[in-house]
Amino acid sequence: MANDLSSDAFVEFERVQKSYDGENLVVKDLNLTMPKGEFLTMLGPSGSGKTTCLMMLAGFETATHGEIKLDGISINNIPPHKRGIGMVFQNYALFPHMTIAENLSFPLEVRKIGKSDREAKVKRALDMVQMGEFGGRRPAQLSGGQQQRVALARALVFEPELVLMDEPLGALDKQLREHMQFEITNLAHDLGITTVYVTHDQTEALTMSDRVAVFNDGRIQQLAPPDALYEEPENSFVAQFIGENNTLLGTIKEISGETCLVQLDDGEVIDARPVNVSKVGERTLISIRPERVEIDTDRLGPNAHTIPAEVLEFIYMGDIFRTRLRVAGRDDFIIKTRNSQDQRKLKPGEQIRIGWMPRDCRALDA
Amino acid sequence: MSTASSGPTAADESAPVLAADGTPLKKSLRRALRAQKLRALGLIAPLLIFVLVAFIAPIGDMLFRSVENRIVSNTIPLTARVMDEWDGQSDEPPAPTFEALYYDLFLSAEARRHTRLGTRLNYEQTGLSSLFRSSGRGVDDIGETHVETIEDLDDRWEDGGFWHALMTGEGPRADDLLLDQRARLAALSSSSYNGDIGFEPGEQIADLLPTTAREYTAFALFTAIEEGDIVVEEEPWEAVYVALAQDLRSADLSGYQGPQADALRAAQEAVTALPPIDFRAGFAELDEGWISPDVWETINMYSPDYTTGYFLNAVDMQKTPDGAEFRPDNERLYGILFKRTMFMSLAITLSCVMLGYPVAWLLANLPMRSANLLMILVLLPFWTSLLVRTSAWKIMLQQQGVINDTLVWLGIVNDASRLVMINNQLGTIIAMTHILLPFMILPMYSVMSTIPQTYVRAAKSLGATNWTAFWRVYFPQSVPGIGAGSILVFILAIGYYITPEIVGGTTGTFISNRIAYHISSSLNWGLAAALGTILFAVVLILYWAYDRIVGIDNVKLG
Ligand SMILES: Nc1ncnc2c1ncn2[C@@H]1O[C@H](COP(=O)(O)OP(=O)(O)OP(=O)(O)O)[C@@H](O)[C@H]1O
Ligand SMILES: [Mg+2]
Repeated sequence: MANDLSSDAFVEFERVQKSYDGENLVVKDLNLTMPKGEFLTMLGPSGSGKTTCLMMLAGFETATHGEIKLDGISINNIPPHKRGIGMVFQNYALFPHMTIAENLSFPLEVRKIGKSDREAKVKRALDMVQMGEFGGRRPAQLSGGQQQRVALARALVFEPELVLMDEPLGALDKQLREHMQFEITNLAHDLGITTVYVTHDQTEALTMSDRVAVFNDGRIQQLAPPDALYEEPENSFVAQFIGENNTLLGTIKEISGETCLVQLDDGEVIDARPVNVSKVGERTLISIRPERVEIDTDRLGPNAHTIPAEVLEFIYMGDIFRTRLRVAGRDDFIIKTRNSQDQRKLKPGEQIRIGWMPRDCRALDA
Repeated sequence: MSTASSGPTAADESAPVLAADGTPLKKSLRRALRAQKLRALGLIAPLLIFVLVAFIAPIGDMLFRSVENRIVSNTIPLTARVMDEWDGQSDEPPAPTFEALYYDLFLSAEARRHTRLGTRLNYEQTGLSSLFRSSGRGVDDIGETHVETIEDLDDRWEDGGFWHALMTGEGPRADDLLLDQRARLAALSSSSYNGDIGFEPGEQIADLLPTTAREYTAFALFTAIEEGDIVVEEEPWEAVYVALAQDLRSADLSGYQGPQADALRAAQEAVTALPPIDFRAGFAELDEGWISPDVWETINMYSPDYTTGYFLNAVDMQKTPDGAEFRPDNERLYGILFKRTMFMSLAITLSCVMLGYPVAWLLANLPMRSANLLMILVLLPFWTSLLVRTSAWKIMLQQQGVINDTLVWLGIVNDASRLVMINNQLGTIIAMTHILLPFMILPMYSVMSTIPQTYVRAAKSLGATNWTAFWRVYFPQSVPGIGAGSILVFILAIGYYITPEIVGGTTGTFISNRIAYHISSSLNWGLAAALGTILFAVVLILYWAYDRIVGIDNVKLG
């Protein structure tokens, strides 16, 4: 957690709650602190309250409870247009009746910036996103990717310190999206802007962000840098939501510091690393990443755990092979193997042994 | 790519692109689309036919009446033809005009058509209606002595069979004469004059006595077809005797050997002994109006088949021998009415925009449930009769009405000086604004509901205040809705009839009320058509101007 950064916190959510209808809390007890210059991504399933958080920060929704601070000042009662926050909307929201240049000069005009200054800034912002020659066009005359760049330039042209982006790449095709991900992160870092980015594409979240906040059910489930999020999920939701994940259900038999013994539902007992389990007898969900499972058990270290498995399905995916197995009574166990020269190609029906290191096997809440 | 048809390359761009079977692509595309088009046409055919038959054709006919003026040449064709040669400089047309007028008036009086012409010409000059009516009654007095002289000469002249034999004669038939007269009567009475009449004029007698043959043929047609009598049994009417008297004055009977040659020669002798018939004096005796230059000027001006008279009238002008000029100030009416219609429609449109815009905005931005309720309120007027709503306004606005009573009760207005809000322009504007408001709100709403909230949010996030965000971002995008609503309301307003009729009094009526008056009361359909055509043209011009300025494709009605 970034609580130790609170001294130089730039954006702060303090115990923020939000309800639209007075019956359901859409955001429940949100606490978040962002230092200046950070690129933070909000990731989560649809309806988890990401946009709502962003809208509260931008000032279009008011928090039902709690406080939002910007640079140490509470902004609960500051209207949106005085917050000075740049925003990129999911469908870009470029004004259709203005040209690109007019769109960009709009925030400068309302700030009463002089004409020559304005033109220089618009030109600089357009050049920054390589859209210099499109100033005279209307938004409808641009492709999706071009509109996206313009929207970005417009959000940046008045030099805000904080930029919010709500699924800005949602409408683009894969290739363009990857390219724009790269450009956005570069720009944000070059300009030193603090960015809150919303997406429900986890690859996007992992590749772009300094830290990712995983949302579910109106709460932040985990707030961590991408690698920690992937490798050390703190609860079963994060483990299942981020990346591919194998789960086995069991009960804690024994717990001692960094290790625990878990009895799986089919009777097998395995070692695991306790994460958010504490009591013996508690139900637990074991999480193992597919790429940490080995079919060549000889290659594992001495205290590896092995278990029998039956091959159900073998899927060729080019760079990797994806194999579905029946393990400990569950037949959705996936393993991934690299398509290397000597890799074994398993056949459905084959009986094999698989294994993993106990440290890769995390016992989470069920 | 197949080897048979090489695809178009940059080199042979000019050559037509061929489809797989070798026909030009354009042609085969057209063929493929034709079936589709025919099917589409089939689907709209019922409506198209309905609209054509029940709407466009009658309206086209109606508009045509604004220039059509064949009533003069249909009713008094001989006169009109003779007057063609008149230069209009002298006070009166040349003498033969009066003779032609005699035959025309006689026949049209028999067919009871002369009063219609009188009514028509009365639009242009008052007094002509009664002139025609009284002259139609007295026209058979002209040439009385000659008629009596011929009749007294020989009993046979009063016998239908005698006349029939004379006019039939021997030898070839004068078919052209018969056809001409059929057409003359058909035009006069606007009904068909076909069919056998038991008489065919002879060519010999038609050459010898052309006027008599003409008038007798007309008489025969009228007798047989209009009255259903047998021509042989009927004594001709006076005009035939007059024609005979005129013909005999110059006819050379020396070589005539046909039927009744002896009677003809005797009649010629008797007629030439009398002084010639003075048609001009005869008409002057009937009515002094016939020797007034004004009357002839008017008849001459309106004798062509098409006239600009109705249109001139519709813009407060009139025809004079020196061209068109404005009527005197106290006779002008339509210019004021057109201006008033425009001005009031504009006022109504503006107040609809003012009142409708906020409502449309609410409709587009309120949560579903409240928006639906509001929508019902907006549509409510559609579910009550127009007449009921207008009458309700009458009750609300009149001096002893609800609003005045309330104001007096509140002490805002003195009982003695109650506000006049009805039977004037204010009343019409209030009532019509209310009635046309939904037509403004609905198009605005449909445009506004397509403007996502994110635009305003984006504007605010960029630093715009509520007002700037509205004015610079929301409003421009809602302009097509305002345009669509305004054009709809304005066009509806300038043609509105019922409401101004009921609450407009004399100062709050529209041009349409005048059109209705001419259609149903004064029966001056030509003027009504001219006014309607001008109104129609104004709408088209407005539409065109709007298209140039805003663009019709920006208009969304839903
Ligand atoms: N204006 C609103 N009125 C009422 N409920 C709303 C409103 N906006 C959002 N909600 C509800 O709040 C919850 C969270 O919505 P939000 O838009 O924040 O989700 P999200 O995480 O952005 O989802 P997505 O990934 O689909 O964009 C949802 O259950 C949604 O139905
Ligand atoms: Mg969202």
